[in-house]
Amino acid sequence: MFAYYVRLAAISIRKNAVMSALMVCAVALGIGACMTFANITYLLAKDPIPAKSDVLYAVQLDSWSPDNPYRADGTPPPQLTYLDATALMQAQYADEPPALRQAAMSGTAFVVEPDSKDERPFDATGRATYGGFFAMFDVPFLFGQGWDAEADAGREQVAVLSRAVNERLFGGENSVGRNLRLSGSTYRVVGVLDNWKPLPKFYDLNGDAIGNPADIFVPFSLMAALELPRRGNTNCWKPLDGDGIEAFLASECIWIQFWAELPNEAEKLRYLAFLDNYAREQKRLGRFQRPLNNRVRDVNEWLDDRIEGTEPATMLLAVGAMFLAVCLLNTVGLLLAKFLGRAPEIGLRRALGASKRAVFCQYLVESGCIGMLGGAGGVAAAWFGLRGIEALFGDVIANLLVFDGAMVALAVVLAVACTLAAGLYPTWRACNVQPAAQLKA
Amino acid sequence: MLDMQNLSKVYRTDVVATHALREVSLRVEEGEFVAVAGPSGSGKSTFLNIAGLLEAFDDGAYRLDEQDVSALNDYARSQLRNRKIGFIFQSFNLIPDLDVFDNVDVPLRYRGFKAAERKKRIEGVLETVGLAGRMKHLPAQLSGGQQQRVAIARALAGEPRFLLADEPTGNLDSATAAGVMDLLDGIHGEGATIIMVTHDPGLAARAQRIVRLADGRIAATEAA
Repeated sequence: MFAYYVRLAAISIRKNAVMSALMVCAVALGIGACMTFANITYLLAKDPIPAKSDVLYAVQLDSWSPDNPYRADGTPPPQLTYLDATALMQAQYADEPPALRQAAMSGTAFVVEPDSKDERPFDATGRATYGGFFAMFDVPFLFGQGWDAEADAGREQVAVLSRAVNERLFGGENSVGRNLRLSGSTYRVVGVLDNWKPLPKFYDLNGDAIGNPADIFVPFSLMAALELPRRGNTNCWKPLDGDGIEAFLASECIWIQFWAELPNEAEKLRYLAFLDNYAREQKRLGRFQRPLNNRVRDVNEWLDDRIEGTEPATMLLAVGAMFLAVCLLNTVGLLLAKFLGRAPEIGLRRALGASKRAVFCQYLVESGCIGMLGGAGGVAAAWFGLRGIEALFGDVIANLLVFDGAMVALAVVLAVACTLAAGLYPTWRACNVQPAAQLKA
Repeated sequence: MLDMQNLSKVYRTDVVATHALREVSLRVEEGEFVAVAGPSGSGKSTFLNIAGLLEAFDDGAYRLDEQDVSALNDYARSQLRNRKIGFIFQSFNLIPDLDVFDNVDVPLRYRGFKAAERKKRIEGVLETVGLAGRMKHLPAQLSGGQQQRVAIARALAGEPRFLLADEPTGNLDSATAAGVMDLLDGIHGEGATIIMVTHDPGLAARAQRIVRLADGRIAATEAA
């Protein structure tokens, strides 16, 4: 009978082409939106650095106001002050460094001034960090390498370029050793990155979590020395003591991301003890007036807290689910109108021997067929949705969006399941049509 | 074959109870052609719905082929309806999206026959009603008389125990109606049992026995 029901469904769908198309569109849009948002959620929730995600730790010090916690649940601030970041980095140069590697960092920005007079200056995103950044995050190099600790300490004006910027400025050639004008200062290129697109951009989730890594990397010490601009979030719990860069750097404002590489549990415990000791030391100086509350969280713990528990991923999924629900509600209404519009035929079939179960199966199969078509439309809608995301965020995520057989199958299965669920009530109403009432002349 | 004893049916609303059938007793034997006649509101439609297992009754007993139908669930009633009863309606009730072949096929599908058996039966009954050459026509491409012939073929295809005809010529002109009645006569002549509900005295006169309903009761039973 299944093949018979499919044939009847095909006839019915063809006959009410407009209404069927509306239902298919509703399901397709819902599934398309859901799959697109699910894809983004997947991107935001995936492990961006699987080989090292369990040894890289975001460092959090509770330097916040004695009067109010940074977050109601007691989570310390996600960023550090300049005072603390530079003090922790200083410890890395001691005989017994607290971690295998540490790196403080902040977003910055440059105006790139090409040598060629034919080319106009252009804006570039920057990241000021320590030389350990590249080894810590396994950043691949096309040419050269990162800078060393001496460059950090000596405030050397060196730069590592992204592959795209090197392509633009030097035609993709090995530019190591070449000079470069950035925002009025001259830098020496020491390295060029190969393609590197950690997603999400776990080491700095401020702003654009799925955006490109920086175009240009420079030593963190230049932030103060050259008064480079900050890009990212800055939060302060008390006013600055004065004006100017010196007052800002000495303030309790948090704006620096800080990461440590701790190869094992023992190292992690040792590092936590180091943080607590540092905090106690600061307490003696009148800072860190809150109870000891220093934390290190590995990459996935960090992302769970910063992304899944908060806005983007959960909201996107919720929006997708709600959109699908609205589409399905529309589908319920349309199916109800369609099925009850065929009450005379249902009455006739019942008179000719169809049981309620047979009518139920017939109309459920029709719902399933609409779901199949909606699923196919949903795959197309998701494809367009993902192309839209690519257009918004550029090729950085092009290879990471998932549009494979599994996703197609998932979209179709989800569409059929949702449409079957949406069809239950209309189908139940259809199979309860009273035949005697429908067969009167 | 069909045995109704003291059947009653009451339609109730919040304010009024309408007695559609009152203690109707009727027995139809195999091979009979019985007309159930009466004016509008006499209970003909209710009788037809109950006889056709489309509606439940409130009181009395109804045995179809010695089987008590009152205790049957929906599935069993549907099976019984499919196997034992062939319906012919005043307004034909063909499914407009299905061609003649598929319309006749509907009851056979619910019977679970294999494709070859269904095809043999459909071709046979369409031959009987003179529409073997119209199998791929849609109902809208047929005249009223032809549509009713398709409906008769559909009723015959499952070889039911009896045909239940509800004003079978009510929507037809007199010439076409005569043709349809001739067809029913012929089918009866071959041994089919027919119960026909009608308000047309001329039509009722073609049956062997006329059961006259009035106000839900059997007012008279007479041989035609």
